[in-house]
Amino acid sequence: MAAHAIMFEPDDRYNAFLTVCNKAPHGGGKLAGIAIAVKDNISTRGIETTCASKILKCYVPPYDAHVVGLLKESGAAIAGKTNMDEFGMGTTTENSAFGPTLNPADTTRVPGGSSGGSAAAIAAGMVRMALGTDTGGSIRCPAAFCGIVGLKPTYGRVSRFGLIAYANSLEQIGPMAQNVSDVSLLMQVIAGHDRRDSTSYNRPFTHTPNADIRGLKIGIPQEYFGAGVDTRVAEVTKRAVFRLEELGATTVPCSIPSMEYALAAYYVTCTSEASSNLARFDGVRYGPAADAKKSWHNAYREVRRAGFGTEVRRRIMLGTFALSSGYYGKYYAKAQVARENVKSDFARIFAGVDVIAGPTMPTIAFKLGEKSDPLSMYLADILTVPANLAGIPAISVPCGKVDGMPVGLQIMGKPFEDERVIDVAFAYEQAVS
Amino acid sequence: MVTEQDVQHIAELADIGINTGELGPFTDQFNAILDYFDVLDRVHGEGQVPRDLADVMREDEVEPSLPQEEVLKNAASQEDGFIKAPRVM
Repeated sequence: MAAHAIMFEPDDRYNAFLTVCNKAPHGGGKLAGIAIAVKDNISTRGIETTCASKILKCYVPPYDAHVVGLLKESGAAIAGKTNMDEFGMGTTTENSAFGPTLNPADTTRVPGGSSGGSAAAIAAGMVRMALGTDTGGSIRCPAAFCGIVGLKPTYGRVSRFGLIAYANSLEQIGPMAQNVSDVSLLMQVIAGHDRRDSTSYNRPFTHTPNADIRGLKIGIPQEYFGAGVDTRVAEVTKRAVFRLEELGATTVPCSIPSMEYALAAYYVTCTSEASSNLARFDGVRYGPAADAKKSWHNAYREVRRAGFGTEVRRRIMLGTFALSSGYYGKYYAKAQVARENVKSDFARIFAGVDVIAGPTMPTIAFKLGEKSDPLSMYLADILTVPANLAGIPAISVPCGKVDGMPVGLQIMGKPFEDERVIDVAFAYEQAVS
Repeated sequence: MVTEQDVQHIAELADIGINTGELGPFTDQFNAILDYFDVLDRVHGEGQVPRDLADVMREDEVEPSLPQEEVLKNAASQEDGFIKAPRVM
């Protein structure tokens, strides 16, 4: 299968890669010889996979994630593993145990996160495509901040087998690239059923982008252009929507009232799932050794205090609290009702429109160190988390600049209409390029 | 409102390990975040039971799995082909 190899020696001045495969083997196929970067929370057989955490330093998976197997079968060369916020927990890639990734558009700014390494590697031209993961915006945020294209597929469309889990009910692996055609090409390779992921659907992706959007109805939610959104970002996004109207689309104002509590519902859900998922990191089967002479709890606490970064420990504790006796009803149970309300809001709006459009992020990329307070970092995810709560597809495509920094246009679609959000992004991209 | 004792208790439940110096900052941050989570008090109703979910079952069949040496490769502490864990008692 791997008859050939490419030499991959990128000038990684942005700390986009945690591992570089200098000699990357590949076979033939749709992606023959194309260097593809893979986020470091996706298992790669024989290649260190750390989730940007000290607790997985030196962990070498004995198997490939399903998507990595598919990449290899298509002839792709796995060029390396990209930096991220530890376990995907962050919006800037500053929460990496191995140092932050810098934004190639301005190295005093963050690339966004948590798939910041993948986005920076593409934006800097080191690779043409990459895989990211998106739990609450982790593909779309760095795509917007770095000026590239990123798709969060419909939940269930891409297998999560071999993805090191953070929040199973929210996260999806998805394609990132310089342009929409490459995002679509990568989606063709990675989408489809996998029996090893019981949430996986048999919905392969065979589409090629089509720029004809005449007659398309676009919902414009007021919450995406209101309080908390930088007026210049809102303005650039509105111009992009106007461009879509020039191409034959019509717009319909709409509202997502559940946005009021969507972010809180998201953080309660993801931290609760994380508190359970990350219990497996105890230094026994992998990671730095737990001291087998100590008692169970003491040995684990030692390993986990030393191995996890502050944000990861904060989220594990928040989730443990939200699930604990006496608080479950107030936090977790309410969050699940809120989540259903978000789904209902989208279903209601999608009864009258084909897609929903707005900015991907409320601001341009932050300065490094700007978001030191955890809550203010969480609030930056307000426009991306609704798609994860509802499980719907959402893409970010570059739509202009503010202060010289890229702004992303976000297109959200109905469940399993990944093709349509790709078409709308493609139509916009073709019109402005 | 959570106290430093509450945070200490949560850290113990989660086996997370916490230094005394961290208790103050974690407690302050938790209170800010939990204040924000109070917006969930405005969520009403029981929520609909998700309509589009189904159990995915399969036969429990033995299939080829990883060889023992592959499984043990990442375990830092081993003995006689087994993974060595801290003592429970």
